[in-house]
Order: sequence, then C-alpha cells, then structure tokens
Amino acid sequence: MTVIDVESASIAAKTAEFRTCGYTGLKVDLAAQRLIKVNAVAAVIFLLLGGLMGLLVALTRWPAVHLLPADWFYLILTGHGANVLLFWIIFFEMAVLYFASAILLNCRLATPKLAWLGFILMVVGAVLANIAVLQGDSSVMFTSYVPMKAAPHFYLALILFAVGALLAVGVFFGTLVVARAERTYEGSIPLVTFGALTAAIIAVFTIASGAIILIPTFFWSLGLISDIDPLMYKVVWWGMGHSSQQINVSAHVAIWYAIGALVLGAKPLSEKVSRTAFLMYILFLQLASAHHLLAEPGMSAEWKIVNTSYMMYLAVMGSMIHGMTVPGSIEAAQRRNGFNKGFFEWLRKAPWSNPAFSGMFLSLVMFGFIGGISGVVLGTEQLNVLMHNTLYVPGHFHGTVVAGTTLAFMAITYLVLPLIFQREIVWPKLAQWQPYLFGIGASGISLLMMGAGTLGVARRHWDLTLTDAAHAFEYPPAAFLMMGLNGLFALLASAGGIIYILVVVATIFKGKRLDTADVQPLTFPLHQGGAKAVSEYGSEGTIKLPGTIVLVGIFFTAFVLYYFINWKYLSDLWLFR
Amino acid sequence: MSVTPPDQKIWWNEPIHRLELGWIVIAFLWGLFMFFFMIAWHFIGEQNLSTETYRVQPSAFEAKVESFAEQYQVGEESGVPVVRPPAGEDVFMLARLWEWWPVLELKKGQSYRIHLSSLDWQHGFSLQPTGINIQVHPGYEHVITLTPTEAGEFGVICNEFCGIGHHQMTGRIRVVE
Repeated sequence: MTVIDVESASIAAKTAEFRTCGYTGLKVDLAAQRLIKVNAVAAVIFLLLGGLMGLLVALTRWPAVHLLPADWFYLILTGHGANVLLFWIIFFEMAVLYFASAILLNCRLATPKLAWLGFILMVVGAVLANIAVLQGDSSVMFTSYVPMKAAPHFYLALILFAVGALLAVGVFFGTLVVARAERTYEGSIPLVTFGALTAAIIAVFTIASGAIILIPTFFWSLGLISDIDPLMYKVVWWGMGHSSQQINVSAHVAIWYAIGALVLGAKPLSEKVSRTAFLMYILFLQLASAHHLLAEPGMSAEWKIVNTSYMMYLAVMGSMIHGMTVPGSIEAAQRRNGFNKGFFEWLRKAPWSNPAFSGMFLSLVMFGFIGGISGVVLGTEQLNVLMHNTLYVPGHFHGTVVAGTTLAFMAITYLVLPLIFQREIVWPKLAQWQPYLFGIGASGISLLMMGAGTLGVARRHWDLTLTDAAHAFEYPPAAFLMMGLNGLFALLASAGGIIYILVVVATIFKGKRLDTADVQPLTFPLHQGGAKAVSEYGSEGTIKLPGTIVLVGIFFTAFVLYYFINWKYLSDLWLFR
Repeated sequence: MSVTPPDQKIWWNEPIHRLELGWIVIAFLWGLFMFFFMIAWHFIGEQNLSTETYRVQPSAFEAKVESFAEQYQVGEESGVPVVRPPAGEDVFMLARLWEWWPVLELKKGQSYRIHLSSLDWQHGFSLQPTGINIQVHPGYEHVITLTPTEAGEFGVICNEFCGIGHHQMTGRIRVVE
C-alpha cells in the first residue's frame, strides 16, 4: 500500500506544472493558481449577490424608505445571510488555504482533482441554496431554527456546500504533508500558514457540527424523522454557526500578518507568542456555541459561564495578543525602515494610499474596537439578556465579519491580483479610496445597529413602527434616527463594495498582464526598504514600541469602560432570578 | 517574515518581546476578572436569568395558561384577556403565531413566578423599554421570578423571527403602583 502511494505521489510531483513568480522568486503551482482564481472569483460573485441583498435589507429597515414588502424582506434577509456569511467568506477562505499552503510553501497542490470536485460541490450547493431561498418556501433565516421548516433542498444545498468545503480543507492538509515530504521548505511552516492551519482545523470541527445537525434536519424536512428538539438543534447548529466565524477570525488574522509582511516586511515580534495565540483559538474557540444560548431555558449557569468565556477568556486572550503583535510588528518594521521619530511617525508615514495596507489596518482597528469589545460584552452571561436578539447582535457581527473579515479579504485581494492573477490593478486611484469607503460604511452600520439594539429594536424585524401589531408599542425616536443613518452608511458600504467588485472584475479582464517577460513593478510597490529590514533584526526586545503601547492602552481603556457601563445598565433592570 | 518559515528552526527558544509579555499578563488577568465577575454576579447581582426549566407538551401548557387567565381575568384589551394575578403567584404567558397571551397586570415591587413557553415555533420575549430579552422554546417551560421595579405600560415584542407575521407579534405587561 505504502509503495503504491509513494509511486503515485512521485508521478504527481513530476506532472505538476510550475511558473516562477517575478516578484518573490517562489515556484507557483499552476493547478493551485487556477484553483485560487476560481475560488476567489466565485467568492466575489456571491459577495455581489449577498451585498446587494444586504443593501435591500438596510433600505427596508430605513423607516423613511421601507423598501420591500414583508415577505420579500424575510426572503432577502435569509439570502443575505447565506450568501455573504457562508458563500463569499468560505469560497475566499478556500483561496486563502491554497495560497497559504501551495504558494507559501513553494509546493505543488495535493490532489488538484479532488480540489476541483470540492469546488464544484460548493458551487452546486451555493446555487441550489439561492434557488431554494428565491422560491420563497425557505425564508427561515440563516439560522433555520426548528421547528420552522425550510424546503428539503435548502438543507441539502448547505450539506453539499459543506462537503465541498471539507474536501478543500482535506486538500490543504494533504498539501502540508506533501510539502514536508518533498522538503519544499526549511524548518517550520510560516506563521501565515500556521494561521491558515488553525482555520482549517476549526473548519473540520465546524463542518462536522454542521453535518451532525443538518443531515437529520434534512431527513426531518422530508418527513422521515418526526421531531427535532429545538434546544438540541441550537447547541449543535451553533457549533457550526459560531465556529465558522472563528474560521474567519483565524483566516483574517493570518491575512493581517501576511499583508504586514508583504507590504512592509513586518516580521512577528516573536514566533512563539503569535503561534501560541493561534493555538488558543484551536483549543477554545469552539466553545462559542454558548453565546447563542445565554438567554435560553434549560442550560445551567455553570455551562453557560465556562463555554461563553471560551474557558476563562483564553481565546479572547489569543485575539488580544494578535491585536497587539500585528501593529507591534508593523511598528518594528517601520522603525527599522527609518520612521523612528516620536510615538507615531511609523503610523503616519505608513503606506495609507496602498489599499492592501489601509484595508488591513482599518480591519484590525475596527475588528478590535467594534467587533471584539461588543462580542465580549454580548457574550457575558448576564449582560446578554440586555441585548439578546436585538439589533445589537447584527451590529456586533457586522463589526467582526464585515469591518473585520470582509475588509481584510478585500485588502489581500489587492495583492492577490498582481501575484496570482498577474494583472496590474486598473484604476489605482479608485482602489485607493475603496477600503476607506467600505470601512467607514461597515463601521457605521455596526455602531448604529448596536445603538438601536441598545434601545431595544428587534433584529430580523420588518416593521419598526409595529403598525399592524395587536398591542401598539413605540420605540424611542432615537431608534428611528439610528435606522435612518444606518441606511446611509449601508449606501456608503455598498459604494465601497461595488468599487471593489468593479476593480476586481476590470483587473481580471482588462488589467495589464504582468506575466510577460518585462515584468513591471507592482502598482502598489512593496514598501521601500522593507525587505532589507526584515533580514536584519531578531525578535529580541531591542526595539521599543511606544506607539503600540499607546494603541493597546487606548483599546484596553475602551474595553474596560464599555464593559462596566453595560453592568450599570443591567443593574438598572427589573429584578429577575 | 510572517510569510516565510521562521529564521530560527527552533523558534520556541526565541526570547519574547517585553511588551508582549506585559500585554499577555494584562489580557490574562482581565480574562480571569471577567470570568469570575460572572460568577460573582450570581451572588451580588439581582439580575440573573433563572435556569428553572421543565419539559411540557404545548397542549398541556396551553391548558394551564387558559385556566390561569380564566381565574384572574379582570378585563379585555384588543380581544385579549387582561389578567391580574395576586403577588407572589405563578403567572403564565404563552407565545404562539403571532401573539403573546394574555395581557398581564402586575404590581410594582412584588415578585411573580413567570412561566414562559411557546405553542409552536421559537419566539423571543423582549420586554421593552426595560430591555429584558429571553428566548422562548416550544416544549420547554421556563420559570423566571420577576420583580418589576417601575410602573407603566410595557411592550412585549417578539424578537425571534417566526415567519411572516413576526412583526405583528406583540403583547403587553402593565405595572401598577
């Protein structure tokens, strides 16, 4: 058996085709390159679809516009969740996995055929899910809580998509094995690949949870199973639903490091710390299912506390570490680049006109301040009762998934286009503004939804005025104002999203080819002198990082203040036990 | 760089940056604090969600709520009975597509054992404008001891999506001095 494996492996190694990258000198496996391209393109298509649906949702919740009728609102909201939260993000993550394995490790992709099969299954699943939703019988929201029932092919579509993703994750693991066996790199895998590995390990757990709950739910929708317990469904479903967001966190943190390295030549302050922080994710992030069960009957307080805190906040500690080491490594690189004056010259003179960098840094700041802090507050056992199922919840996760993950993915695209698609970015001026437009829009909708949620506005709700309700109730006027502003910021974010898609599509089809003999410099050059600085310094604490100290100081102060403000809110509530 | 293998093969022995070490200690201690604060609130706080839960058949729960409403009914509002239970009593409210039933009239400063359950799908009990949000499941009867601390009219809004009539689903709790 082993003999056959080795033989077929060596044949595969011989048949793999490579090109040499004009910028890095790395070997690029053409099979991996093609797969990165198709996954990235599929991702962008579903971003377009899901993003437009998101705009329709925001325009409906804008009281003065109130665009869609109720049935369409719930239908479009279901589609919005599936397309952006699942399809855009996971297709893009597959591209990230192939990039972090085959490309960074200088290696051929293991079993490209299986990777294609996975891709096709994912496409079929994603298309089928959209068909099911648009048919109108599956407006059950992204969460599809039982006993509310969708059409059977809605669940089937998600299962197909998950199986495809699992195959892709398997190819990623296989590629790591191949790279090690064929000695394509020295020592340990790069930090970015380590981050991608973290994402892949969490993905296996995620997809397993998804299979465990969606397969019986599929049979239930066919009438083969009579009953699914709603509480059990939620515990297991969120093993997929929340853990899949932890794949995003691992992936976009890996991207932060990658952009820091590619644009500025940043190097981790210490490999040990950054990798341990990723390890915290693998060990503890999966407990997050509890975040969705804090306001639920039937679960003990002990279970809630241990799980919701990721075992004493050890995974939060992981994120806080990355939140310091990423800017820290950038500050160190910039100081080595000569921007050494005062506290913040390194930041002021950072390449803010490079959309890869600006997108990455905005993603870092907004993920921490908006998504991160609100996530911990929302995930505190007692505080959750204040915000459970209000608009605060989508406010929080638009801070993590839109301002954090999506913006980071957009940022790395500006490097993937020249490096993998080998095209020069068209309309660089427009691209320059894109991360700011999208970032400001995304942080606006996050903060405004959090604000409206604090005032009690329900999520997934068509009518802020409650006109048709049996017992009239009026939300405070500030809530109406916030939902109006939310619509405006959604327009801003959409403008950023549309520019992103236009730039990507135009670059792919019309961008100047970079694979000809006379390789042009990148439109967004790697920062001057960055590469040199990198090889010079070790990780010992010789470099002082006062700017980063100030930044994390501000973050920590905001975190502590906001945390206690919410306890104050809670203590003003009616008494309950 | 972060995109290349570590310079030193045995990266585990690299020294840690002093700033990193300081930040790790702060993050770890803050995490411990937040963890133990949740536990502490069970002893020092007066807002802790009850975990008292019973399995119940939706039809059985419906029967209980109806007999409760009949016993203490004092009026009617939009076709829904208004129920004024004595203080300290067991109080029932059911969720179904698409209403909270019945209307409750409670006394400020008195404690009530509120029983919540759903007859069909999941619903979200969102008491506004106070801001108490509790998930309601079919098949589970959740008992919460609730003490209103302010008088007035309060809306119960459904904040778990429950189909096309979701935005019409409201209820009312009135608190009198």
